[in-house]
Amino acid sequence: MNTYNATITITLRKGILDVQGNTVEHALHATDFPMISHLRIGKFVELTVEAESEAAAQTLLEGACLKLIANPIMEDFTISIHEPKAEQV
Amino acid sequence: MKYGIVRFPGSNCDHDAFTAASQSGSAVYLWHKDTQIPKGIDCIILPGGFSYGDYLRCGAIARFSPIMKEVVTFARNGGLVIGICNGFQILTEAGLLPGVLLQNSGLNFVCRDVFLSVANASTPFTSSYTQNQIIRIPVAHGDGNYYADADTISKLETNNQVVFRYCNADGQLTGEANPNGSINNIAGIINKGGNVLGMMPHPERYADSLLGCADGRGVFQSLELFGLSNSTKTVESISY
Repeated sequence: MNTYNATITITLRKGILDVQGNTVEHALHATDFPMISHLRIGKFVELTVEAESEAAAQTLLEGACLKLIANPIMEDFTISIHEPKAEQV
Repeated sequence: MKYGIVRFPGSNCDHDAFTAASQSGSAVYLWHKDTQIPKGIDCIILPGGFSYGDYLRCGAIARFSPIMKEVVTFARNGGLVIGICNGFQILTEAGLLPGVLLQNSGLNFVCRDVFLSVANASTPFTSSYTQNQIIRIPVAHGDGNYYADADTISKLETNNQVVFRYCNADGQLTGEANPNGSINNIAGIINKGGNVLGMMPHPERYADSLLGCADGRGVFQSLELFGLSNSTKTVESISY
């Protein structure tokens, strides 16, 4: 069994208006950053997970996202799994 | 009509719901860790508040409370359930009602009276109102912007499942009268089976004229009438 570090990014689904993201983007345009666009605001989760393999960790975390971490009606999520965590001394 | 008022950590409208419900029946509190609903309960109320601090998403954690497993079974068997504000959010997270409640389009927490048009006065929760009656009820939420995909909205409209809509004092469904950006000015919906109601406005806060308005009392009077006329039968239960 390996221990993996993982991060999950959750954003509103593409078709849903991200009012907060739009507001921040407009504020940036008003403060010398007109070159920034397509800004979206979401949530960031980091965790460790024990699994047999990276693929198993991916499957496990997808299940966790669909059940609780994200609401697929309104949110998309992206899972990034990193190298097995080094043994702590 | 006997009500069960569920208390989650962070519920803050449980007392109001208890008082309003007691005017048209009797009420008991249920604890979120309870694993059964006492016999004789006709209607479960999931009150407003900030269950579990609104962590992750409003209602997302409460949905997994032990009592919610029982509430889902109760609803599937035809029991009456009302989710008010945070309770509405919990019902959508639990899958008892379709859609979700997004953050208000204006990004602000909105706490004020709104006008509602009773879009369906033929439910156990609204029969004491008249169709399209305009009532005044308070809202108090940051995430009340009802959203569902186009197909779901179409089904809700076709099946007459929209129960309340935000309107102005003249009953017009304007953008200005909509406090949160909800699609089609939706303020409350019912499941297809007609036994689960979710609404963002708080009828329990205007259930007594001592509070300055009693327009919300109709919800509880409707349930009382329903209980009197249906004491021996239950609503056919189906999912949305």
